[in-house]
Amino acid sequence: MNQTPMLEVRGLYKYFPVHQALADSLMRRPHSNVKAVDDVSFSLARGEVLAVVGESGCGKTTIARTLIGLEALTKGEIVFDGKLVNAHSQQPHIGLKQLRKRAQMIFQDPYESLNPRATIFEIVAEPLVVHGMIKDRKERVAAVKSALDDAGLRPAEDYFMRYPHELSGGQRQRVVIASAMVLQPELLIADEPVSMLDVSIRAEILNLLRDLRQKRGISIVFITHDLSTVAYFADRIAVMYLGRMVEIGPAREVLQNPQHPYTKALISVAPVPNPRLRRERVILQGETPNPINLPSGCRFHPRCPVAVDMCKENDPQLIELKQGHQAACLLVTKS
Amino acid sequence: MSENGNLFLRNLAGFWKTFRQNKLGLAGGFLVLVAVLVAVFAPALTDYDPSDIIRDANNRALTFAPPEVHGILGTDDAGHDVWSQLVFGSRISLVVGFMAGFIAMFVGSALGIAAGYFGGAIDSLIMRITDVLLVIPDLPLMLVLVATIRQMELKISPLAVLIVVIGLLYWTSTARLIRSQTLTIKERQFVARARAIGAGHWHIIRKHILPQLMPLIVANTVLILSTAILIESGLAFLGLGDPTKPSWGTMLNFAFDRSAISNGAWWFYLPPGIAILWVSLGCILLGNVLEEMLNPRLAAHHLEGEAGMIAIADVESKG
Repeated sequence: MNQTPMLEVRGLYKYFPVHQALADSLMRRPHSNVKAVDDVSFSLARGEVLAVVGESGCGKTTIARTLIGLEALTKGEIVFDGKLVNAHSQQPHIGLKQLRKRAQMIFQDPYESLNPRATIFEIVAEPLVVHGMIKDRKERVAAVKSALDDAGLRPAEDYFMRYPHELSGGQRQRVVIASAMVLQPELLIADEPVSMLDVSIRAEILNLLRDLRQKRGISIVFITHDLSTVAYFADRIAVMYLGRMVEIGPAREVLQNPQHPYTKALISVAPVPNPRLRRERVILQGETPNPINLPSGCRFHPRCPVAVDMCKENDPQLIELKQGHQAACLLVTKS
Repeated sequence: MSENGNLFLRNLAGFWKTFRQNKLGLAGGFLVLVAVLVAVFAPALTDYDPSDIIRDANNRALTFAPPEVHGILGTDDAGHDVWSQLVFGSRISLVVGFMAGFIAMFVGSALGIAAGYFGGAIDSLIMRITDVLLVIPDLPLMLVLVATIRQMELKISPLAVLIVVIGLLYWTSTARLIRSQTLTIKERQFVARARAIGAGHWHIIRKHILPQLMPLIVANTVLILSTAILIESGLAFLGLGDPTKPSWGTMLNFAFDRSAISNGAWWFYLPPGIAILWVSLGCILLGNVLEEMLNPRLAAHHLEGEAGMIAIADVESKG
């Protein structure tokens, strides 16, 4: 088995410059940035599923878009299969086009991610066309058919000539998955693939992703705000808050023994299908701070139920607590 | 692929079903269709050649003969048959108008897509050129251009000069419209998905942007046609047409020069005027209805009464 991690992210920053008003620019006020992703590092082993969890605006979608090159990173390094993603590097590197042949992304909204004027066949065959693969017509039809089959759209031929608007949301997401899998990628970046779907369909799509992973051994970065879907099939969980990873570790460990107060609060409010079970819920106070002017010290301290004075001054780093379980909280490291 | 063909036919049938309901659109289509048919079957519609001189019994040219005396629309100052001039003139007017319109549409769409899709410096450059062309008064500029090119004696047909000048000056509104639409399409998720797959710019423009723009381009082309025909008539009226191949504008120019109005020869100046009105009205009606039907943002099927009026007002303010 290849020991090189599928994906390694080192010190990733993504700032979006805020458009400056004329007055500010005349007064020479410094440019401000939305710090969408602020120093994030993680790695993903081959065949592993990493779930990135966090509330809206914490930067998890930005990470997904940066990984596939839809956003240019501000600072940091992305290493895919031991090669730096940057065609101009001196080190062993991989260009975006090559990366996009081996890594695919699934978007959140299945209603928006399919071209309304393309047939399902065209959509699923598109990656093959773009990368000039499987030029023989019969083989291409066979490849599209098997991709649709694997995605659970059977009989595949019935879908070839249909348009996206003739399909349901779940079927559309299956088309998106078929199109992502037709190139047999090694890495799949799934940006909230089920959050727009009905609960009844979610499980089907998640099962489908799990089956694909078991059959093909692909690695998945699974982005979600929903902890209950995470528990379902992630190997590891990374929790994000305001552009920073606050906790990362094996899924079971993080869910059963959360260390960061933000993770504890998230887990405490996740619904449990047992009405008799009473748990103490941690309801966070206040709003998420503005990602342009981050709070001093620990960025979670204004909402943290257990914050103490030193949290206002010291910005905690991820500290290894147990084998592979890291959290960024001053109180945790102390105890 | 035959299955694709069937889908196309099915779409077309659905389109016709909606189109049939729209009286204005049908009227516009009828006007345009009649003009095109007249141009195509011109020789069958008249017994005379436009350059034939009609003579009376004494072998003298029959000048300013009213319709009661000769043919359908009488004769002009030199004794040419007006009806045959009108019928053959439709060919010139329509060919110049259509070709100029298509050039304008092609240039405008290409520049609009480039500006909207690539943005940045390319966008600024194209949009500044557009602004400059928009603020220069069209007619004087065209007069100067056409006259200058004629002076150079390049042995190009005067009609070709007219076509190119109109075509290369009338793309600005199309370019702005297409640019703004491209800007919205570019941000849609299926374009992001295509990029994430690894598709290049050319592939994205051809497969994802252009198909969404097509309805808009079609509707806009029909509208541009009417402008091009009007401009051609205007330039020809000012004497920049090809005197050997008279269009409707050239006929008006002759009528005006040779005092048809003071002679009361209405059969000489009214018919070409009405013909120009006929075609441009037809194009405008058809273009507006097509735009309304094909552009989902202007769709008004579910709006009734006053709300429907708002949708139509929207179309007009865009035109």
